Amino acid sequence: MEILIPALLTIITAATPLLFAALGELVTEKSGVLNLGIEGMMVMGAIIGFVTVHVTGSATLAILASLVAGALMASIFAVLVLKFHASQVPTGLALTIFGIGLSALIGQSMIGIAYDGLPVISIPLLSSIPVLGELLFKHDILVFLSIVMVFVVTWFLYRSRAGLILRAVGDSHDAAHAMGYSVIKIRFLAILFGGAMAGVGGAYLSLAYSPLWVEQMTAGRGWIALALVVFATWRPGRVLLGAYLFGGITILQLHAQALGIGIPSQVMSMLPYLATIVVLVIISSDQSKIKLNSPASLGKAFHPSR
Amino acid sequence: MLPSMIKRQTPSKVMVYLSPVLALVLTLIAGILLFLIMGVSPTAALHAFFIEPVSSFYGVTELGVKATPLILIGVALSLGFKAGVWNIGAEGQLIIGGMCGGAVALFFYEKTGFYIIPLILAAGILGGMLWATIVAFLRTQFNANEILTSLMLSYVAGLFLNLMVHGPLKDPEGYNFPESRLFSESALLPTLFEGTRLHIGFLIALVVVAVGWVLISKTLLGYQIKVMGDAPAAGEHAGFSRSKIIWITLVLSGGVAGLAGVIEVSGPIGQLLPTISPGYGFTAIIVAYVGRLHPIGVLFAAILLALTYLGGEEAQISLNLPVAVTGVFQGLLLFFLLASDVLIHYRIEFKKSLNNQQVVKS
Amino acid sequence: MNTSPPYLLELKGMRKAFPGVLATDNVDLKIKPGEVHALLGENGAGKSTLVKMIYGILKADAGSIHFNGEQVEINTPARARELGVAMVFQHFSLFDSLSVVENISLGMDHGADMDELAHEITDLSNRYGLPLDPQRHVYTLSVGERQRIEIIRCLLQKPKLLVMDEPTSVLTPQEVEKLFITLKRLSEEGMAILYISHKLNEIKALCSNATILRLGKKVDSVKVEEESTQSLAAMMMGKELKDIQHPEKSELGEVRLSLKGLDMPAKDKTGISLKAMNLDVYAGEVVGISGVAGNGQDELLAALNGEQRCVQASSIEIEGKAAGRMSPNERRLTGLASVPEKRLGHGAVPDMDLVENAFLTAFKRLGLIKSGLIDKMQTTHFAEKIIQGFSVKTPGSDVPAASLSGGNLQKFIIGRELLQNPDILIVAQPTWGVDAGAAQTIRQELRELAAKGAAVLVISQDLDELLEISDRIGAICGGRLSKFYQTSEITTEQVGMLMAGVCLEEGVLNVA
Repeated sequence: MEILIPALLTIITAATPLLFAALGELVTEKSGVLNLGIEGMMVMGAIIGFVTVHVTGSATLAILASLVAGALMASIFAVLVLKFHASQVPTGLALTIFGIGLSALIGQSMIGIAYDGLPVISIPLLSSIPVLGELLFKHDILVFLSIVMVFVVTWFLYRSRAGLILRAVGDSHDAAHAMGYSVIKIRFLAILFGGAMAGVGGAYLSLAYSPLWVEQMTAGRGWIALALVVFATWRPGRVLLGAYLFGGITILQLHAQALGIGIPSQVMSMLPYLATIVVLVIISSDQSKIKLNSPASLGKAFHPSR
Repeated sequence: MLPSMIKRQTPSKVMVYLSPVLALVLTLIAGILLFLIMGVSPTAALHAFFIEPVSSFYGVTELGVKATPLILIGVALSLGFKAGVWNIGAEGQLIIGGMCGGAVALFFYEKTGFYIIPLILAAGILGGMLWATIVAFLRTQFNANEILTSLMLSYVAGLFLNLMVHGPLKDPEGYNFPESRLFSESALLPTLFEGTRLHIGFLIALVVVAVGWVLISKTLLGYQIKVMGDAPAAGEHAGFSRSKIIWITLVLSGGVAGLAGVIEVSGPIGQLLPTISPGYGFTAIIVAYVGRLHPIGVLFAAILLALTYLGGEEAQISLNLPVAVTGVFQGLLLFFLLASDVLIHYRIEFKKSLNNQQVVKS
Repeated sequence: MNTSPPYLLELKGMRKAFPGVLATDNVDLKIKPGEVHALLGENGAGKSTLVKMIYGILKADAGSIHFNGEQVEINTPARARELGVAMVFQHFSLFDSLSVVENISLGMDHGADMDELAHEITDLSNRYGLPLDPQRHVYTLSVGERQRIEIIRCLLQKPKLLVMDEPTSVLTPQEVEKLFITLKRLSEEGMAILYISHKLNEIKALCSNATILRLGKKVDSVKVEEESTQSLAAMMMGKELKDIQHPEKSELGEVRLSLKGLDMPAKDKTGISLKAMNLDVYAGEVVGISGVAGNGQDELLAALNGEQRCVQASSIEIEGKAAGRMSPNERRLTGLASVPEKRLGHGAVPDMDLVENAFLTAFKRLGLIKSGLIDKMQTTHFAEKIIQGFSVKTPGSDVPAASLSGGNLQKFIIGRELLQNPDILIVAQPTWGVDAGAAQTIRQELRELAAKGAAVLVISQDLDELLEISDRIGAICGGRLSKFYQTSEITTEQVGMLMAGVCLEEGVLNVA
């Protein structure tokens, strides 16, 4: 029991940044855009959030700043892809490379600086329940927010008119354009949302997960988030499941020694990446499932004939 | 008054060559702004970045040293990207190639002979190919997206190398540092000029450029690559096999990346370390694009980007600029290139109204 | 003294020009409430342009639009809808992964409660004989059912004028009859219908008035019952239709191409499985396969030209040899050439120039590779021969295929195959989207190729074209081939039945 609760808590903390980033990318992809720059947006969110909390002392401001940072990064991608008709794959890669570089530059002065971490919020009454209380109801605001976002995104996509329009754009941008919907505007907003979420996910890493700044501290999580969206066949509920599954793999890695596993640490560190590959293979080999659920216009360039 | 993009009748051939130049100019301007914000004199910074590093013969050879892996991987990636096969994990293939070559070098530690270097290079190529084979297999058999699989394998490769130099490949007489023995003379690539680090790997890179150029412009395989990248259905109509192209481009680029890795290890580095590349595999992506996915263009782009690496180091020494500035530059260059490329297929026009239909007068 | 009520819609002097072409030139049009009015003309006559101006998608350069006597400006489709105009396009704007009610909701100007909307849809679909389940996802629906979504979407607006752009090109003759019943019903209830088509029989059956356009100008406005199909055709074409020169019926040679019990399971859920196909194509004849889109034409072409290998080699025989497992280029070497339906992206590579595109299918048969390298000179020579021989309008052979017009690209692609002297040629949709003159040339070339002794197989949705050029004709339906009959011994109605899967001898469906 003493090992179990910290281990389960690790799952939650490992899953949270993935959840944010993957939900954001899901919305982006649902509108038909593939943004490979998640890693760059996340790491910028991490450094901006950290800098803000260091300078202002306010966690709230830090989270907001990271949200804006992610959205700004995403807007570069949006302008290039939507206005300049740049190909989505290299543009996303450029965003990642740029984000990693810029964050390293900004983070020069932040190396070695400590931060206590986001304040933990205990939900009254519920957090006093033995075992479950500590596990489910005593977290920092971002953990709670990540779960709330799952419901928000689900409601948005499947119960709101705006979400219906977004899904239509992702299905066929030509048909949506013919109907008079502004494909460009909708995609722009979807991309910004994806960036904001990635930024917050990154902030979680530097503000809560391991409250300090290290260059490239996202360590490939942005790419894992991309794989999660495929794993979830573009459904928000499944993203939640996937993120927590990955959290589970992470506890194996982090608590291996405590659990008495004698495998070298490097091999344990490989687990999340290997797991991502396995997951991708399983999901991708079911062609019909992919075809039915993936947005049909994903990655295709939009050229209005008018 | 928003500018609008009007599609050209035929793509502008002039812009294909002009766009990278424009991108470079814009990057320099952005760089100047960046330096001003950082409180550094722009002229001093630009001088440190672009002039200082090549102001001596040694500097020019260093340019060749840094450019070698970029040229190699850049050419390999350009072929793949042209085919629509996105090998983003060249870094991982480089690492495995370097590791395999290095392992062979260590195996022959006490021997001498001319056969050792070819063996090392072969091992490196095979290692890189093997690592890329995994990606090709997963893509053709399971339709797993090669961007993600090759990337994940990059991280795994790095960890693998780390594991090896902490363990089996560690120098037994080396005070427990995570590095291998220094390679023996026979395992080191001969240098071209006394007193420099420029080795025959550079010549190999030039040969690869030539081979790549002939391949893409004059052979059936090059034709297949171009068709598959532009219109896969037309490729099938012509009888080309999509999976064959995927295999060939991935295995080829893996092999070349592996070659780049083993050249690094048995050239400038001379041993196995936990990190054997400052991200060449990723920078090579920029090189491929700035080089217009063409082997000759890649050659020039690689030299340019090698210069930014040297410049970053120089700027760090003389101006205390953080090395991270290099990454920012490289990212900016790619951004501006992608933006400038729009001028190949589109003209910019400024119109008063958003609707570019004529107004009715009735 | 009676003042006649104003026209519902009146167009005066409509003019619209695009770079290089005058699409409509001083066109007038008048429609009364409840009238079924045909807009008649060939491809490129200006029908679509005119109608886009009525619907607010395009703005006229000159001319005026009047509704119920008042002049109006129609700047957007929303404004057109306000005035009571609804339009069913030729190409549907539907979202496959969404349901019927979601699709319709998206097409409406104001969001509506989904459940209410579903009820309304069911009501309308029952009333007008357009059965549709609101909750079904569009990707599960047939083309005819998808058209019903578009129609119901229009009807929900309670329009006064319903514009239909070539609605029957995707329907079987029987579905066309059902559609006409619906349209007549709507017209009786007072809705005016503007029916765009070039199919003369339909116009005779359905419409009371017709306006004929040719090359952007109005030829005349007539009462349909006072005209014959010949007189309408003459006005439409502007000249006497020249009959295709049927060369002397040559002696049929041996069987060049043979399908023997060809079975091919569909690649995925959206494809069509080919079942038990049997057909012999003789040297010297043109065989036509008619059929509504989506019944296996693409799959059949892929099976024939090798893009899809057969399970059994013996399913396809080329000149007696089992060819079912041969690759596309192996088949080319035996003399089989093919022209796919889609030009850019399948028959030609959009960003490559014409020289490189000439290489695409010819390199093996014409030996365009010398010592491992591409022979650029020979290939360029070949490309220029095609351009000259088939009057392909292009500034040169070094322009990208994507910059050619549809008709010219098709001429190039067909020319590329014809100049390789095939023994068997399979063409899908040879003249779709091609202007009348070039279409005539292409059809002529196909007949001449057969006369020279080749076996020609034409897969087309254009029944008129097939009847014109084929010696024998049959149909493909649900992945099966009908029996084939001499063209001279079969009627259009009978072909329509074949297209719907009916077996003529027994009068029953031969589809399981």
